Amino acid sequence: MNDHHGHAPTHHVTPLPVYFAIFFALMILTGITVWISRVDLGVMNFPVAMAVAIVKATLVILFFMHLIHSTRLTWVVVLGSFLWLGVLFVLIFSDYLTRAWVMY
Amino acid sequence: MTPSTLHDVRFIEPEKTRNYLNEDYGVFSWLLTKDHKRIGILYLLSVTLLFFVGGFFAFMLRLELLTPEGDLLTSDTYNKFFTLHGIVMIFFFLIPAIPAALGNFILPLMLGAKDLAFPKINLLSWYIYMTGAIFGIYVIVTGGVDTGWTFYTPFSTQYSNTHVFATTLGAFITGFSSILTGLNFIVTIHRMRAPGLTWFRLPLFVWSMYATSLVMLLATPVLAITLFLLMLERTLGVGIFDPALGGDPVLYQHLFWFYSHPAVYIMILPAMAVISECVAAFTRKKIFGYKFVAFASLAIAFLGFLVWAHHMFVAGISVYSAMIFSFLTMLVAVPSAIKVFNWTATMYRASVSWQTPMLYVMGFIGLFTIGGVTGLFLGAMGVDVHVHDSYFVVAHFHYIMVGGTVMGYLAGIHYWWPKITGRMYPEWWARLSALLIFVGFNLTFFPQFLVGYVGMPRRYHAYAPEFQVLNVLSTAGATVLAAGYILPMFYLFWSLWYGRKAGSNPWGAVGLEWATSSPPPKENFHVTPVVTWDAYDYPAFLKAMRETQNV
Ligand SMILES: [Cu+2]
Repeated sequence: MNDHHGHAPTHHVTPLPVYFAIFFALMILTGITVWISRVDLGVMNFPVAMAVAIVKATLVILFFMHLIHSTRLTWVVVLGSFLWLGVLFVLIFSDYLTRAWVMY
Repeated sequence: MTPSTLHDVRFIEPEKTRNYLNEDYGVFSWLLTKDHKRIGILYLLSVTLLFFVGGFFAFMLRLELLTPEGDLLTSDTYNKFFTLHGIVMIFFFLIPAIPAALGNFILPLMLGAKDLAFPKINLLSWYIYMTGAIFGIYVIVTGGVDTGWTFYTPFSTQYSNTHVFATTLGAFITGFSSILTGLNFIVTIHRMRAPGLTWFRLPLFVWSMYATSLVMLLATPVLAITLFLLMLERTLGVGIFDPALGGDPVLYQHLFWFYSHPAVYIMILPAMAVISECVAAFTRKKIFGYKFVAFASLAIAFLGFLVWAHHMFVAGISVYSAMIFSFLTMLVAVPSAIKVFNWTATMYRASVSWQTPMLYVMGFIGLFTIGGVTGLFLGAMGVDVHVHDSYFVVAHFHYIMVGGTVMGYLAGIHYWWPKITGRMYPEWWARLSALLIFVGFNLTFFPQFLVGYVGMPRRYHAYAPEFQVLNVLSTAGATVLAAGYILPMFYLFWSLWYGRKAGSNPWGAVGLEWATSSPPPKENFHVTPVVTWDAYDYPAFLKAMRETQNV
């Protein structure tokens, strides 16, 4: 078996203060989510809420799920998964966004 | 060897060599096994059982359709029977059949590995599968479900008063067994290859299984989420698909087919995997255009994700979107065609041996091609509007799933039967059953193309009298087909005791699974094999085998 040929995954230990800092940032962002839900930004309501959510998800994936110190293969897997989510969204919206364009 | 095993060896009769079957005895040595070969057998037994459950429903449908009047089954019972036929066959037979039964057994052997990367997760996947199957059986026993295997909303969420919740929960649970199998295969293929077994030396079976596993891993979670949302809306009234609650019923179809079109490739890619191995073994040639066939598997897996809305052309989706999906559907035919042409090119001017697996290969190639080409008819928007929800569609997907996947599955069962059991199946009986299946299949499903094209809709228990002749032919075919499927149950069982001893490589084929004894020892190989030959390189492989024997 070639399951031990040299490059064992390096175990990077994230210092505890980093975890607390990320946790703190997530709490602040949650506060922002709650706050902007009470402010009317017009058409920007949805984009802003999604932007905050994306920042939060990115922090969780990078630090709590250790992506930032992971191998390139792990990055490929994660980015590939989002690519697939992109396929789902783009093609579904190719229906919803053009449904009203009548051609006859 | 430690002294104690040396001591034990003296008490073993020479002909009863140790293998995975006689290593341990007793029910728990099977139910708690972590051996991929035994788990493969557990899967083999379970999918076979469920195949005959699904087959029972199919046979009852065909009996009802013998006459135009709805006289054998009431319309409600008929609805339940076609639903249960679809659910049992797709979720509990076709999806796990080749990967989880044959793949489980063969893949580690092909890689020269002792087991899959995660043996306990492998066993867990079987228990998850069985849990899902028990939900299925529970539904069958307690009154059934009538939504069709697709669980379309709003019928499934608002109107059906049958066991929608238990059925979708069963399908939801079973999905996880397929995710775990896919994960296990991917990690095993990446990490457990024998020394010297580089990516381009892998048998094409492995490439195809790799592509299948990617689809399992990327598509199945979407089915899980979709069915979960369906259960939430049905039980708690969470508005996802119901317009009155701010939802959209067509969204259900988008999400469902995002899984279920790729699921067709979860069923057909493993069959293609088997076909590649059999073509190489029975033509004694390297597969023509190895790299094209290998990458065609990955291309099918990828493109298969971009075509799902061809199931929804008449569901009210945007015409522009439908045009995109129609175009992409044409594209997915290209890699499938590459495979068919390359298999045929391999056979060109080869001296083909016509053992049973090769008969199934020929069946596969012909029937899959018919299924594929009629799929292009259906992918063309105009034709689809005409034949949508007719028997034309039913015939098309049975040519793919039965003509393709089941033929591939039976080819694989016969091809690896000597490896799995150490015994040869009886060739004459096996050829007879292959012939019965081919004739029975075509007689069952070809008339359905015709009757569908002239307008017989699917999913009704009664029909217009002018359709009767074609339906009688179809039911007659189903009877022949049933005989063809039951026959192997007898001769394969018989061969366990009375079949000729197989030896390690009865076909003279190339591949690491043929480089170990039949049945293989528990640890697969006594010494870790070192691969020095390319895939299907007969002279190099046979030379390497002779050298190991001399050592
Ligand atoms: Cu499709």
